[in-house]
Amino acid sequence: MENLLLTIDPGTVDWSRAQFALTAIYHWLFVPLTLGLAVIMGIVETCYYKTRTEFWRSAARFWQRLFGINFAMGVATGIILEFEFGTNWSNYSWFVGDIFGAPLAIEGILAFFMESTFVAVMFFGWKKVSPGFHLASTWLTGLGATLSAWWILVANAWMQYPIGCTFNPDTMRNEMTSFLDVALSPFAIDKFTHTVTSAWVLGAAFTVGVSCWFLLRKRHTELAKQSIKIGSIVGLVASLLAAFTGDNSAYMVAQTQPMKLAAMEALYEGGTDQSLTGIAFVNPFKQPDYMTEAEPPMRIAVPNMLSVLATHDPHGFVPGVRDIIKGYTKTDGTCEPSLKEKQERGRNAIQALKDFRAGKDKEANRKILDRDMKYFGYGYIKNADQIVPFIPINFWAFRTMVGLGCLFILVFAVMLFILYKKDITRPRWLQYVGLALIPLAFIASESGWLVAEFGRQPWTIQDMLPTWAAVSDLSSGGIALTFFLFLVLFTGMLTAEISIMCKQIKKGPEL
Amino acid sequence: MTYDFLQHYWWFIIALLGSILVFLLFVQGANSMIFQLGKTEEDRRILINSTGRKWEFTFTTLVTFGGAFFASFPLFYSTSFGGAYWVWLLILFTFIIQAISYEFQNKAGNIFGVRTFQTCLIINGILGPLLLGGAVATFFTGSNFIVEKGNITDSLQPVISHWANASRGLDVLLNPWVVVFGIAVVFLARILGTLYINNNVDDAIIRGRVRKQLLINTVLFLVFFLPFLIVTLIGEGYTVNASGVVFMEPMKYLNNLIAMWPLAVVLLVGVLLLLFGIIKTIASSAYTRGIWPAGIGVVLVVLVLFLIAGWNNTAYYPSTADLQSSLTIQNSCSSEFTLKAMFYVSFLVPFVLGYIIYAWRAIDKKAITREEIIDDDHAY
Repeated sequence: MENLLLTIDPGTVDWSRAQFALTAIYHWLFVPLTLGLAVIMGIVETCYYKTRTEFWRSAARFWQRLFGINFAMGVATGIILEFEFGTNWSNYSWFVGDIFGAPLAIEGILAFFMESTFVAVMFFGWKKVSPGFHLASTWLTGLGATLSAWWILVANAWMQYPIGCTFNPDTMRNEMTSFLDVALSPFAIDKFTHTVTSAWVLGAAFTVGVSCWFLLRKRHTELAKQSIKIGSIVGLVASLLAAFTGDNSAYMVAQTQPMKLAAMEALYEGGTDQSLTGIAFVNPFKQPDYMTEAEPPMRIAVPNMLSVLATHDPHGFVPGVRDIIKGYTKTDGTCEPSLKEKQERGRNAIQALKDFRAGKDKEANRKILDRDMKYFGYGYIKNADQIVPFIPINFWAFRTMVGLGCLFILVFAVMLFILYKKDITRPRWLQYVGLALIPLAFIASESGWLVAEFGRQPWTIQDMLPTWAAVSDLSSGGIALTFFLFLVLFTGMLTAEISIMCKQIKKGPEL
Repeated sequence: MTYDFLQHYWWFIIALLGSILVFLLFVQGANSMIFQLGKTEEDRRILINSTGRKWEFTFTTLVTFGGAFFASFPLFYSTSFGGAYWVWLLILFTFIIQAISYEFQNKAGNIFGVRTFQTCLIINGILGPLLLGGAVATFFTGSNFIVEKGNITDSLQPVISHWANASRGLDVLLNPWVVVFGIAVVFLARILGTLYINNNVDDAIIRGRVRKQLLINTVLFLVFFLPFLIVTLIGEGYTVNASGVVFMEPMKYLNNLIAMWPLAVVLLVGVLLLLFGIIKTIASSAYTRGIWPAGIGVVLVVLVLFLIAGWNNTAYYPSTADLQSSLTIQNSCSSEFTLKAMFYVSFLVPFVLGYIIYAWRAIDKKAITREEIIDDDHAY
């Protein structure tokens, strides 16, 4: 009776993914700027608190005004993401809600309230509270936003590296066994530090870009110079930290999501002494023939570097796409089963769960579940193509992120050098470069998330639940409709935001 | 600390968050009346700036309410949100357009014009409470869903919760009592909105309009709320026995009030506080603090409504399509471990409430005036 009512079709999965991607990409335009500008405006207001000069006061209010416009967009686009887990991924919400719901609830209780309480004081409290309380409110707004990032990244990290849980066949779901394992997972720590430091880079790039625009227009020169100084110091430190934490993140990916790493590197056949691809021709629109191609054409690579990054050993073994499909032996001597074996064990687990629920030989089925639950998600996999993410997106997005990250280090360093040793108001080429940092920082930031999310396909939870087993029972037409509604709504909002932001920047600080 | 205690504790937290959310709908209530309370653009700007300093609390409470439901009763989260797709999406749409309307409407470069964003605030002000109220009403009237956990083992059709028809939740609006309660919540939000504005805006002209609106909305609220309350209390409700079997029981919610008589006392106190806040504000033009007794009263009344929907062996999210799919606090909650972990996290709530009250008082020490809005370069 129940199954007759179900209308799951492939379109439902695709549109649900598209809608989540759309809303997440939009949301991520605003969040890193919020996190980054929070640091900048905190530093600027601290300068005001120490000097009590009108210059720093108006500078603080100027950056806070821009922060406010962006903050509203972040809030507006963020609410849908939390609820989409329920509306579009209801099976997911049940299957792992026991673990995944907790970080979201804590995010609301601890972070959102801090953010929303103190942002009101920051905006409206200039004449109502003491300078010390106001300064504290400004920093607490940033802290609230950062804590929010912590908990949502804990949740995201858990999807990519599920730990601290066990499957309970009686309740037919995964249940938490260690809160600390979930909250302090090494994957979460790396993800948080890398994401937040990259957000600081974006905030710094925005500050430097806006300031360079003032220099190009020969307006508010002192504000521009001081802001470039703050932005470049924050940007340089954050870029270096992002590079360091990015290296840690890549190492974690190599250990826990080898297919993602193989896709990022377009590594079809792995092995020891693997070189790191600098550049190669990977058709951006077509999935390569990873089962027969040796490697992408026109490849320029750094010898042994991929083995170093992935295993911390220049001779370490790094699996390629084919190795993962066929199975391989890891550096520590343990064997990673082939896809075929994982599929078989996954189907065993599903069948055992079915029998367990039907009351057949519970003890025996429990043993099968304990043995094969690790590969439960593979029971839903039909063929090898389903477990290989779209390689071109991963390959190019990764290179875009890393390439731009290196560029930011260089530009921030040059900015600081010229600021201290020469006259930053003169080299117009550098001011144009500074202005260009704004779109480039957004591109780098979004590219990072493309790697993180496309690279883990088809899994909503790594090895446990593919996207098509995680969706809600919705018609694809209904989701397509809401997809386009969000597209129109968010695009309209973004257009208004950019227009208002440009006007406010043109207006400049009120001196 | 037993599993049973944790389940009841977490339903209480959900009830508390839900009742605070209903109180904070004063933002929506006031926004729905910006053209009635504000006859000039300057009047409307004052009103919007007044609610603009609180809207984030409502928004955040809604998000936290959702997060807490997800953490403590994930089966509700997956069943209701995934099933009643259109109802929840409509609610979210109205809150999304609200969130940017404050910041954008009076800024240079606003390509859509002030009136567009004021309209967005009004849409959210009416539809938000209406749909949220309707969603709460389904805790008593039931919804059209089926849950079959065994589907997870069907690799072709693994979805466990589904709506029993193609309307994806919109059919709940065909139940007149769902609509009646939704409308009651709209008028309740407007009552709270007028009381809040009366307290927060120091302007004789606006305060003069507040009392008139307060009276009208109070009458309309009672017209819609009292029939719903009576029908709910004397009608059939959804009971669950020790084996987890759900069945209909006459006067279930009245029986719950009698069985948990302290809740009946709390309900009475809540009603009296609400009436006190309203009547004293209408009777005395000098009295501006009516939002506090009325607000506390609303929190108490809604808290009791939530508790009688979930405690005392009651199915809080009943299914009209398949009675045994109904959700109870026992069959839909998280594991004991998770509820316990979140129990300790909830100890932080008083600390959070503490700094909210401190910051709120700091901002609201002095009521908003026309001069303040004109002078403030961050005013909405």
